[in-house]
Amino acid sequence: MSSNGFVMSAQDVHKRFGRLEVLKGVSLNVSRGEVVCVIGPSGSGKTTFIRCINHLEKIDGGRIEVNGHLIGYRERSGKLVEDTEPSIARQRAEIGMVFQRFNLFPHKTALQNITEAPIQVRGVPKGQATKEGEALLARVGLAEKRDVYPGKLSGGQQQRVAIARALAMKPALLLFDEVTSALDPEMIGEVLDVMKGLATDFQTTMIVVTHEMGFAREAADRVVMMDDGQIIEEGTPEHFFLEPREERTKQFLSKILI
Amino acid sequence: MLAAVDWHILWQRIFHPDHVFVLALWRTIYISVSAQVLGVVLGLIAALARMSRIAPLRWLSGLYVLIFRGTPVIVQIFFVYFGANLLFGFTLIPNSVNFGLFTMDGAAFAGIVALGINEGAYMREIIRAGIDAVDKGQMEAARSLGMTYRKAMRRIVLPQATRFIVPPLGNEFNNMMKTSSLVFFIGVTELFGDAEIRYSTTFKPVEYFLAVAFWYLVLTSVWSVIQAQIERKLAVSERGDELSFRERVFQAWAPVAAWGRGAR
Repeated sequence: MSSNGFVMSAQDVHKRFGRLEVLKGVSLNVSRGEVVCVIGPSGSGKTTFIRCINHLEKIDGGRIEVNGHLIGYRERSGKLVEDTEPSIARQRAEIGMVFQRFNLFPHKTALQNITEAPIQVRGVPKGQATKEGEALLARVGLAEKRDVYPGKLSGGQQQRVAIARALAMKPALLLFDEVTSALDPEMIGEVLDVMKGLATDFQTTMIVVTHEMGFAREAADRVVMMDDGQIIEEGTPEHFFLEPREERTKQFLSKILI
Repeated sequence: MLAAVDWHILWQRIFHPDHVFVLALWRTIYISVSAQVLGVVLGLIAALARMSRIAPLRWLSGLYVLIFRGTPVIVQIFFVYFGANLLFGFTLIPNSVNFGLFTMDGAAFAGIVALGINEGAYMREIIRAGIDAVDKGQMEAARSLGMTYRKAMRRIVLPQATRFIVPPLGNEFNNMMKTSSLVFFIGVTELFGDAEIRYSTTFKPVEYFLAVAFWYLVLTSVWSVIQAQIERKLAVSERGDELSFRERVFQAWAPVAAWGRGAR
């Protein structure tokens, strides 16, 4: 736990792709056990922002700390220089990520997907990793799919395995990048249920980029609205449902809350 | 015309090959296999160098492909075998190379090295295309779990790239078995060399070259079967399908059967 007490702390994060500035100074602090939903229109930079948190994207300005450790960079005589690869890898191991398109390893079974990183990265003995992996599969309701390859699982099942895979590293922080957007409508519920379970029963610290306002209402402690590379409004889910302040927020919500 | 063919010789060459011939066949096999293995290893190294962050490595990889894809194999074979000696006055390849367990004819070794280096230039492109064909999300997922680039490449990306690499690799090896005949020109008596020598002593080119063509066909056909098996295995692990051989045959014939029913 860091000195300032936040699991994740981003200060004035800037990011540009060529000429296009996609993050124009984003600051956000997330406390332990907190669930923060990031909403906003597409192109607002929310996905880019959480990809910066585990350094899948390099940032061009500002700083991001997870558990008090500067992410992706090292301070050398007052300047930030990019960290070494093994060091970045070690930091990423503490930050779980679940992707929109699942990105399960297709050549590995559900269980192997989950045990791969603990065995390869943490050096957990295979027997122990398997036991923990089976427990995680059971937690996401897929114990019987242990030896099935991702190609034989439905989208919802794949995403639940992907969540279990991220959890297997016992991360301090979990990032969800529009994890239900690629799913058929009837499968969204099962994935959201797993995420709600994590939020309420396990006090997992989560940053969730989503359009699922139902989920935000039930599980989020805080909602953050992004537009045009900036956070324009922040508040409780109730605040967003009852009395959003910004005009752009109202417009956006009126589009997604039919 | 056909009466001029000595069918007995052809028959003998195909059904009763002598031990000299079997040795020549064995040379063709081990030279092709070793050169292909070397080519895959070099191709992989060159492909990774091509994608490296270090610019000189990328340049080196480009230069390698430029040279070895841009010049004839036969010239490369000559250079490897004779080049060092003629240019710098030392013997790069000794008369026989001792591997501890066995010794190999120096010329055959030079042939393997030259063919392997040449093959590596082609394999680089194939392997790179295979790696590119793997969804970028795989590398991201692996790295988000804390794997280093190397580990993610080795454990996650390369195993998946294999599926894209094997079909063109099969073509390459098929070519390799035939191209390996070029090592005859540095004095290795492999399949082609054996036929060449016998024809020059008997003046029966048609018989000997027909026979050697037959044996090359046997080699490439056997390889086709092996390759199909490998591809089937890879497809199974990727999709997670566990179809039996019988189910597969049935599936393959199903359209034909449907067509047959339709025709009636």
